[in-house]
Parts: sequence; C-alpha cells; structure tokens
Amino acid sequence: MTTKPGNEVSRFDPEPIPRRDFLGLAAIATTAVTFLFSLFGMLKLPKAAVSASPAKKFNVTLPDALAAGEAYVPPGRNVAVFRDADGVFAISTVCTHLGCIVKTSKEGFDCPCHGSGFAADGTVRKGPAPKPLPWIKVTKSGSAYVVDEENTVPAGTKV
Amino acid sequence: MASVQQSALSEFWDNLRGVPRRLYEVTFRNGVPKTDRTRSTFIFGNVFLHLHSVRTHLWSLRWSTTAGLGIITTAAFLITVITGVLLMFYYKPYTDVAYQSIKDIHFVVPTGRFIRNIHRWAANVMVVAVILHMARAFYTAAYRKPREFNWLIGWGLLVVTLALSFTGYLLPWDQLAYWAITIGANIAQSPREITDAIGITAWFDIGGLQRELLLGSDKVGEEALIRFYLLHVMILPIAICMLMAVHFWRIRKDGGLARPADADERVASERAQSYPVFTEQPEKTYQLAALVKGKTSAVGKGPENTLPSMPHLFYAELAVLMLTVLICLALAFVSDAPLKELANPLVPENPAKAPWYFLGLQEIVSFSAFTGGIGIPMLCIIGLGLIPFLDRETAGTGEWFGGPGGWKLVRWSILFGFSSSILVEAFAIRFGWLREWFPSVPQLVITLINPGTVLTGIFAVYSIWLVRRYNSTRAGALGLFTCFLCGFIVLTVIGTYFRGPNWDFYWSPSQWQAH
Repeated sequence: MTTKPGNEVSRFDPEPIPRRDFLGLAAIATTAVTFLFSLFGMLKLPKAAVSASPAKKFNVTLPDALAAGEAYVPPGRNVAVFRDADGVFAISTVCTHLGCIVKTSKEGFDCPCHGSGFAADGTVRKGPAPKPLPWIKVTKSGSAYVVDEENTVPAGTKV
Repeated sequence: MASVQQSALSEFWDNLRGVPRRLYEVTFRNGVPKTDRTRSTFIFGNVFLHLHSVRTHLWSLRWSTTAGLGIITTAAFLITVITGVLLMFYYKPYTDVAYQSIKDIHFVVPTGRFIRNIHRWAANVMVVAVILHMARAFYTAAYRKPREFNWLIGWGLLVVTLALSFTGYLLPWDQLAYWAITIGANIAQSPREITDAIGITAWFDIGGLQRELLLGSDKVGEEALIRFYLLHVMILPIAICMLMAVHFWRIRKDGGLARPADADERVASERAQSYPVFTEQPEKTYQLAALVKGKTSAVGKGPENTLPSMPHLFYAELAVLMLTVLICLALAFVSDAPLKELANPLVPENPAKAPWYFLGLQEIVSFSAFTGGIGIPMLCIIGLGLIPFLDRETAGTGEWFGGPGGWKLVRWSILFGFSSSILVEAFAIRFGWLREWFPSVPQLVITLINPGTVLTGIFAVYSIWLVRRYNSTRAGALGLFTCFLCGFIVLTVIGTYFRGPNWDFYWSPSQWQAH
C-alpha cells in the first residue's frame, strides 16, 4: 500500500486490508454463511411435522360385570378404565419412569422394567418413577365412554 | 507415409499384447517388494498401508505393550462390516416384515444363521476390545503429550462403537429390541425429570426434542426403525471409518506408540538379535527435513531400535486378525444370536433388559432416569475426555501403571472400587431408597441423591484423597479410572445376573417367578 506525501498513515490508523485479502475473507464468509443456513434448513427435516401414530381418542364400552376397582384395558390401548360408585375414570398404564407398560396388581400398578410401583390412584408407591400415573380424560357418550389419551384430568375426576 | 501407418498399427498390436503386463506394472509399481527399501516404498505408496509408519520400534512390537487390543477391535469391526453387508441382502427395515426377514435369515437363508451369529459376536468382541484397549492406553499413560488428540479420537470411537451396538439392537424388531429402544428413547427424554421439577418443560423441553428426533414419532414405530437402520448401516459406519483412519494415522504422526524414555536401552537384547538398520545406503533421507518436527535431522544416525513394519508389524497384525476371526467363528458356532417373540407394544418383556454392556446403565437408571441415563454417563464421558488435560505429568509414560508403585495403588483401588460399589448396591437393594422411606420426598432430591450419585461421590472423594496423599495427579487418575471400571463391572454383573422380573433382586434366574 502506497501513501501520498502529506497523507501519512498514523500508527493509530487500522492496518489497511489489501484488496485480495478482503475478497478472500468475503468469499470465506459467504461460504460459511451459506453452509450455516443450509445446515439450519436441513436440521428442520428430521423433526416430523405430523407424527405417525394411531388416533388417541376412542370409544369404550365397559363390560356389565366390571367390579369396582377392577381394571378394564381396551384392546390395543395403554389405558386402564375403572368404574366405581362415583363413576368412571381412566388411568394411563405408561410408566412415568421410562415408558414401560405397568400391570395392575393388588396394591395398584407395578412396572416390570425398573420396579416402579403405583397406588390404585396412580401416585408413586415405590421405585424410580418421578411422577404419578396421569388420569386420562373420559366423557360419557350415550351408553359408551370416550377416552381421550391426549388430555389428562386432575386425579379423582370421575364421570 | 504408408510405412508410418504400418508402424503405428504394429505398435498398436504390440500395445494390445502388452496390456496384461503393463496392467501388472502400473498396479505393482515397484515390483515384488524383496528388499527393505522396496518394502518401504510399497508401504508409503499405498494409501491404506501408509497409515503405518514404514519402520516400527522394537518396543511397539512387544506383546506386553498393547496386547494387540487395537487390532482386535479393528478386526472385529471389519468382520461386522462384511457380515453386516451380507445380512443387508435379506433384511427389510419395515415393522411388518423386519421380524420375518430375521426369521428368514435364521431359518431359510443358506448360512444366514451362522452369518448373523458372527455379526452379533463380532459386535460383542468389538465392545469388549474397545473398552480393554482404552484401559490399556490409560494404564500405560499413552494419552500424554503429544498423544492427547489421538486419545480424543479414541474417545469418539468408543462412543460411536456403543452407538452402533445400540442402533443394531432395534433392527430384529422382537420384544427385546422394542422394549430396549423404548427405554433408551425415554432416557433421551429424561431431562424432563429436571425441567419438570423446576417447571420449565412447557417452553424448554430438550428431553422431548431429543426423543422426537430419535424416534421421529411419539412411539417406537416405523419412523424409529428407519432412523435406527440409517444410523446403523450408513451414518455411524461412515463416522467410525473416518475416525479410525485419523486414529491410525495419528499413531504414526505422534512418533509411534507411547514408550518409556529408556525404551531404547531396554530393547537392547532384542536389537542384538535383529539385523542392522541400513542394509542399503540411505537414499533421500533428509528431503523432508523442512516439514518434520525436531530441531535438526538425525545426521549419521539411522532409525535405530526399529524394524521394517513390513513384514514384522504386518505379521503380528495378521496373527491378531486371525485370532479374532477364530474367536468370532467359535462363539458363533456354539451360541446363537437371540431372537425373542415379535415386538408387542402392549406387553413389555419382564424383565426388559438392554444389551449386557448397557445393563450397568440400566441398573443406575432404576434409581433415577435422568441421573442414571444422562447425568452420570455424561460425567463419565466428559471425565474420560479430560484425562490428558488433567494429568500432564511425564514420569512413567509408556509404562504399565507407571511402574511398580502404580500397580500397588491400582490393586488397592480395585479393592476399594469393588467393595464400595458392592456395599452401595447392597444397601440400596436391602433397605430401599428415599422414596420407600419418605414417600413425599420431592423428585429433585432423588435425582440428586441416589445410589448412583453416592457412588460417584465416593469415587471422586477417593481420587481427590489420592492426589493429596501421593501429591500426583496421575495417582488420582489411576484411582478414579480403576474405580470407574470396577463400578462398571459390578453394576453390569448385578444388572445381568441378579435382576429379575420387576427389576427385583434375585440370587439366581432359577428363582424368577413365572410371569
């Protein structure tokens, strides 16, 4: 870089960037930004917009002989439906620890995978489960009931 | 003019006749490698072989230096690649036919069962060998300067090896696979245990995002199977091949395997039996002097105490390769790879067990999902990666346990590691933990204080005490790493042999109640 007389570069002035260096840096920066943006774009792909799973809302017709406190598990579902004097309610059978399916037992529910135990109302009795089993929303529809797995209700809600 | 055409045509015929010979010459450019120099040329003229140095130090060729563990790992990987590609001829990664295609491989495909057994056993051999190889590199302090970077590459290889095993586990789509992956995916989701406890899950759900990216859905289903298949046969193998190439090449660039400072004197007796370094006059020895490290080129001194890698190192590698093939074939011959019933999303296996090398993890997961599945494993992984930066001593490099005093320390650490892990486990099995004593205890307390974190704390305190007691970071590292291995072994054995239905403790599987 040449300077004209009377136009001396002070030592406080920034180092002038030669034109080639500038163009080189600009090229690298453009490439980097392009790849960064395309990476962000590509990262959107693996996160599905619609998740492939069966309908979460289904009808249940309870058997007449279902005793109070006895669980009815609709075929193919991970929900236990109960009927007692106060009404009908449903509790999820997916363990809140690591997603195994709990089995009903004398004390409530037991998980086969890591030994979590739940009381009959879903509260944690023992083991590593961090949360109680959620109560699932049930609505009455004629003589049948509609169970909506996507909605939970406070424990103790019966219809 | 006519005569020129004539000669061109005859030249063409000559060329055509000469094709086989020429093809041989361009392929084997230096002829049959008969001398040390042509063998060296052969090595550095070949893209695969040049990952080796052309000469190998006598110390590296001793069995006690490496026990061949790196080569065993590599050999097992090659076997899984070959058998894996063969399995891909018949395997179909769709939930409705995956299980059936494995059954076909097992019962119908000629040699299918044997090939699948070899694949499974080689994968197991690879996991064992990679852990032992890491232990070898640690106990001989081979991670020290200038090999820190290669330790990190090896660290990446360990992680990818475990990921390859885990992703392969889902593919048969049987009960074992389905529930192991359900548990694995929920472990990925377990940061929710923390975000729920402090009430920020609604807007910061890292756990849910991890699980969703892994499964591509909210359940283990078709999306998950395709993702695991893609990872298992494409993404992870490519990653591991690249890391392996760097790993091998770094050995050469870092001056061969780590060896003690006095290795040259200690191989003197072996040197007496080997032939001289320069059987021919050196040629163009110093041309690369401007590029290599060191102050001056070693004028008037050959690469003493080394032997040509070809054939000496190659024979050793070939022997280990043959041994690995033999082990895998023998195991595949006597033991079939398991295949349970078709996956059933409604009824979990009881007990649902992950592959054996994850059962230690499953054992601590049974105390707290986040701590056992993410917290402690991350701590171990980060700790392993940090070893070369926290221990920067120089004494005892390349020496097993850093010399006789180190072996005594390791013996005590083995005793301490085994007894403390067994005691903590026995206490938790006999008396239960906080939830059983105080049912209303907040989840965050259990996440922070459980047998897994207690054991981790004991090991940490022990190794800090060692650093003070011996005034050496290496002593602390030896103690901590040894305790880590002991804890891993104890937890894995308990998870494998002493946990039955409902993850209850049983002295023997014969006492498991029918379920």
